[in-house]
Amino acid sequence: MNKLLNVSTSPHVRSSASTSSIMCDVLIAMAPAALFGIYQFGFRAFLIIVICVATAMLTEYIYEKAMKKPITIMDYSAAVTGLILALNMPAYIDLWIPALGSVFAILIVKQLYGGLGQNFMNPALAGRCFLLISFAGKMTQFFPDGVTGATPLAALKAGESVNLLDMFIGTIPGTIGETSVIALLIGAAYMLAKKVINWKIPFTYIATVAVFALIFGGHGFDMTYVAAQICGGGLIFGAFFMATDYVTSPITPNGQIIYGVCLGLLTGIFRIFGPSAEGVSYAIIFCNLLVPLIEKVTMPTPFGREAKK
Amino acid sequence: MEKATFQGGTHPYDGKELSKSLPIKAVLPKGDLVYPMSQHIGAPAKPVVSVGDHVLVGQRIAEAGGFVSANICSSVSGTVKAIEPRLLVSGAVCPAIVVENDHEYKAVEGFGDQRDYTKLSKEEIRKYVQDAGVVGMGGAGFPNHVKITPQDDSKIDYVLVNGAECEPYLTSDYRVMLEDPERIIGGVKVLLRLFENAKGVIGIEDNKPDCIEKLTEMTKDEPRITVQPLRTKYPQGAERTLIYACTGRKINSSMLPADAGVVVDNIDTVVAIYKAVCENTPLIRRVVTVTGDAIKEPRNFEVKTGTCYAELIDEAGGFTCEPEKIVSGGPMMGMALYSLEVPVTKTSSALLCMSKDEVAAMAPTACIRCGRCVEACPSNLVPQKMVEFAERFDDEGFEKIGGMECYECGSCTYVCPAKRRLTQAFKQARKSVMDKRRNAKK
Repeated sequence: MNKLLNVSTSPHVRSSASTSSIMCDVLIAMAPAALFGIYQFGFRAFLIIVICVATAMLTEYIYEKAMKKPITIMDYSAAVTGLILALNMPAYIDLWIPALGSVFAILIVKQLYGGLGQNFMNPALAGRCFLLISFAGKMTQFFPDGVTGATPLAALKAGESVNLLDMFIGTIPGTIGETSVIALLIGAAYMLAKKVINWKIPFTYIATVAVFALIFGGHGFDMTYVAAQICGGGLIFGAFFMATDYVTSPITPNGQIIYGVCLGLLTGIFRIFGPSAEGVSYAIIFCNLLVPLIEKVTMPTPFGREAKK
Repeated sequence: MEKATFQGGTHPYDGKELSKSLPIKAVLPKGDLVYPMSQHIGAPAKPVVSVGDHVLVGQRIAEAGGFVSANICSSVSGTVKAIEPRLLVSGAVCPAIVVENDHEYKAVEGFGDQRDYTKLSKEEIRKYVQDAGVVGMGGAGFPNHVKITPQDDSKIDYVLVNGAECEPYLTSDYRVMLEDPERIIGGVKVLLRLFENAKGVIGIEDNKPDCIEKLTEMTKDEPRITVQPLRTKYPQGAERTLIYACTGRKINSSMLPADAGVVVDNIDTVVAIYKAVCENTPLIRRVVTVTGDAIKEPRNFEVKTGTCYAELIDEAGGFTCEPEKIVSGGPMMGMALYSLEVPVTKTSSALLCMSKDEVAAMAPTACIRCGRCVEACPSNLVPQKMVEFAERFDDEGFEKIGGMECYECGSCTYVCPAKRRLTQAFKQARKSVMDKRRNAKK
């Protein structure tokens, strides 16, 4: 033998899953919602998706280049952030606004806190909330040329009735990616099947919202109302694609259940007792802040160290 | 019977098809035999021969250096050539007895004599096991006479035989179960004689249905012995997961299996116990899987302890290509070698030669907190948090978070998408904590 042998500690094999393969799976899972958004809102939706993803990746590249750090854009985490932000945008917004949101998400929320894995808030959502506060009017403008119209949840809050089938298919006003429940569920099923996410956070989140709406919604035992609460306001998008963000959700199994319940409670409070009909984005970034505490109280007991009966 | 299992774990590529089909081939050593004084847990053995002495097959050449230690016997006849430091698979150097083989294989008197274990007392059985230098042959090398001497024999209600063989690529236990089931069952009966309240359970992963079938058939008239099929999942063969799957009992790092009323031995160890007690043959051979994609004819060999690893490569037809990594043991817990000039010891289970080192090709990246390590950990730990303490050399924090419950199975590191070197950090931290504990005792 001429070559020297490699020596390292065990294990000497690794699974095929990598950060980039997981991020690619998330991108694939969002594709149905993105495609439906483009179908529904046209070329502008496509343009916003391209702008958000490109700006996010470019911002990461420039920052890392300037800081002489390893370039990590090929792990696609910036692309995921860009796409989530794009799907949270109304299609008729001025194009510089989503670009600004992307820069905020990547530069301020992700990179300044140390890059991938270190941010304490979901970057895309923090970007969205930043834009929502800064440009409230433009961010809730869901029709072209100043035509006004209400989202189903706003209509519901105003006491009007909604069409559940439209909500399920997605032919309702809303942001690019949040409207079509069926497209989102296809993506969610893909992530669950590929074990990119598990059921704990999304299911406890949605179930808590449903129970909360049933008790405090003021509609009694009205399943149409509960179903509208579940299908509307980006809850499905938030529960499967944003609340499950690895970095900003608890790593402990019990913590994930508590986190899902917290999300559901906050979303319910914001929606039913707050001035706005929505609440998913704020609930998630608020609960992001609780993650370290939730993890602290839900550390699992090591095998064989359980209290003796 | 229902398949037993445990929480956590993972499913690495198993690679067993490479070496599982060919029968075990007995090979004789060509060069000198090397017997390191440390091939078990506990105090090193002390040589009882001198350079120039003539030794016989089965002759004791080193005696146990304490209660937790083991005798070492010669596997050939010949002349003691040297007593000098030699390289071990772990990379450590340790005093070793080197015997020049005369290729005559003259054995000591009484070697191989049949004994009826039913006529032996418990003390005699334990003495024969101790004399034979039997240690746990699954990898840890815990002296067996210690394991089978609990404080109270009557409190042991399970004798578990570990036929899980969950390490990928390894097929030595599989072959032994197919080719030598009589001695396995014989060994269990010997152990059951020591523990009158115990039942014998042979745990076998369900990727070996032929072994399950064969041993079930052969034990159907043995009221005290059953075969327990186990769901195939790494690390099912770890002591704690095996005990849990077969008995529902949980032990932790500060307990011995006997504390839960269990004695666990792996397949080859049970065979060694049978040979020691019933055939008056000390532990001087073992079955080694020589495998990997860089090996021409992967298969299992019955090897005399002390044989040089390099000879096994030749027996397996040599290399197909230059290997990038050679591992003593399996890919999940084995030790990488930088030289093949190391001897087969009582705990050498396999020689795995890989043409590519996939670990070297993957640089660690930032943790994305995906939680796969938490799901994979069989000890219900949070490796993602443990590694933060380990990398900061915070031993106290590491202990507090349960780090000492880790047994370095490597599941977390295997599944990590960021390719972080978790097990490596845990090994260092655990060693550091154990050193501190040892020093505190002094």
